[in-house]
Amino acid sequence: MADIQELKRIASQVRRDIIREVYGCQSGHPGGALGNTDLFVALYFEVMKHDPSFNMEAHGEDVFFLSNGHISPVFYSVLARSGYFPVEELRTFRAINSRLQGHPTTHEGLPGIRVASGSLGQGVSVASGMAIEKRMDGDDRTVFVLTGDGEQQEGQIWEAALFAPHNKLENLVLIIDDNGQQIDGPTREVLQLGSFADKYAAFGWDIMRMDGNNMEEVVKTLKEAQAKRNGKPTCIVMKTEMGKGVDFMEGTHHWHGKAPNKEQAENALEQLEETLGDFAMEGL
Amino acid sequence: MLTLDKLQSTGKKATRDGFGAGLKAAGDKHDNVVMLTADLRGSMKSEDFINTYPDRFIQMGISEANMMGVAAGLATGGKIPLTTTFANFSTGRVYDQIRQSIAYSDKNVKICASHAGLTLGEDGATHQILEDIGMMRMLPGMTVINPCDYNQTKAAVQAIVEYHGPVYLRFGRPSWPIFIPEDQKFEIGKALQLNEGSDVSVFATGHLVWYAIEAARQLEKEGISVDLINIHTIKPLDAEAVVASAKKTGAVVTCEEHNRYGGLGGAIAETLSAQHPTPQEFIGTDDTFGESGEAEELLEKYGLGVKDIVAAVKRVVKRKG
Repeated sequence: MADIQELKRIASQVRRDIIREVYGCQSGHPGGALGNTDLFVALYFEVMKHDPSFNMEAHGEDVFFLSNGHISPVFYSVLARSGYFPVEELRTFRAINSRLQGHPTTHEGLPGIRVASGSLGQGVSVASGMAIEKRMDGDDRTVFVLTGDGEQQEGQIWEAALFAPHNKLENLVLIIDDNGQQIDGPTREVLQLGSFADKYAAFGWDIMRMDGNNMEEVVKTLKEAQAKRNGKPTCIVMKTEMGKGVDFMEGTHHWHGKAPNKEQAENALEQLEETLGDFAMEGL
Repeated sequence: MLTLDKLQSTGKKATRDGFGAGLKAAGDKHDNVVMLTADLRGSMKSEDFINTYPDRFIQMGISEANMMGVAAGLATGGKIPLTTTFANFSTGRVYDQIRQSIAYSDKNVKICASHAGLTLGEDGATHQILEDIGMMRMLPGMTVINPCDYNQTKAAVQAIVEYHGPVYLRFGRPSWPIFIPEDQKFEIGKALQLNEGSDVSVFATGHLVWYAIEAARQLEKEGISVDLINIHTIKPLDAEAVVASAKKTGAVVTCEEHNRYGGLGGAIAETLSAQHPTPQEFIGTDDTFGESGEAEELLEKYGLGVKDIVAAVKRVVKRKG
């Protein structure tokens, strides 16, 4: 049984890490990272079977792919906090000579990253390939992949949406971050996406829904999706609030790709309890 | 050691048939070889592999972008995926997928591309890609190989499967002379000397190697001695062999079924201008799209024929200082 309180404590620290990462380099995407924090914490601290000593091929492990790579601050924090690399390295986010590139990459050898992402729409295809690979090897673990909702405007997404049900990839779980925002504004204004549930159901996926900022619900839904083997891939439509946990960042696209100044960062950190110890950083 | 005398046509088969044969051989030897295709299994001449190993064949449908991503995922788990479709849909259509999910992500994916160049023929310019070598050569870490006949293609497929890293393998549609000995070893990144000569260096890749051989025979009769070198691996280029030959002859002609920009000619010019500046003539399409027609009549129309190579050699020899 999951210790939901402990997961929430970890999430609070991860949100602090996100604010400090983007403040440190004065760039990056805090909004989506904060909104997806509960999902990442649930996956890495409760749901997935995974090994922080990191083996690229991940035989016998569950695997997570981040398709919307711009929310890298949350990915890096969760990887560091679960032991893939030193927490102190978070200080180097987006700096020169760092393994923590603006968008995640395998190229600098950062443990925990299995494919580069950032150019949108590619992660579901990669996850589908890994899901087939696991089936070929008789490995029954699950492959998770996260995309943004705006990212669903990419054409390649719909190639993969056809492919996974046709191939009965029942070990594949797609999570769509349905926060209704993209860089240029609300998704309904930029390019309407309609109902993800209806679209993916029509393509032959099993549909689940969850409140991505309710830790208990996130854990329960992910575990159910992970255990499910019914010949269909699963699509979880996840409602989140962009900027969750920092009042002035919540519910707006304004903080999609913008870093807080010192005053704003201090204000944000006052709202988030330090539970696991901050990484050292000058000035904050 | 090969010479012009030994390089005789022993029959005709398409390089794509060589791909199919090489794939089957590689599949027999390595059980982690997986073939993907975007609705072109017939064109890829791979029925032998598919029928023998149906569980290692993935039909993607007409979705090349997804194919590149799925291949990256397969490679992540330790498979050796070979993606297959026409060269046009293997490169320009999916450049960003190759760039991010394969090349930048260091994935061991082999992009196997048939129907490259003008010799695709009647389908016309929409399908006749003449820019693919340039695009793939620009990608950091990408190996680019353009074999010249059935035997070389068959050997190349087996070599790329045993090499770890992303590879672009380019071959073609038409039935074409087979002239490379069946037992000729294929070494990635190593130029293959076809004839020793002293007056001019001719560097050729792909289908035009056969034309370069025919041109060299004519030139030898006219008293021009041709140092003929097959550059099957355009990247990494065998710079040592290229420079050594240019130093020996002082004049260079490059031959490829590709735009003069960005391909073999460009690669050799970049190398020689830095290490040993040498007069060079370029056989390739002149920054143009192709059109419908038969393979050999197209090569002639676009200036890639045997007589064009002969003329280019004579021009460059005159330019020697």
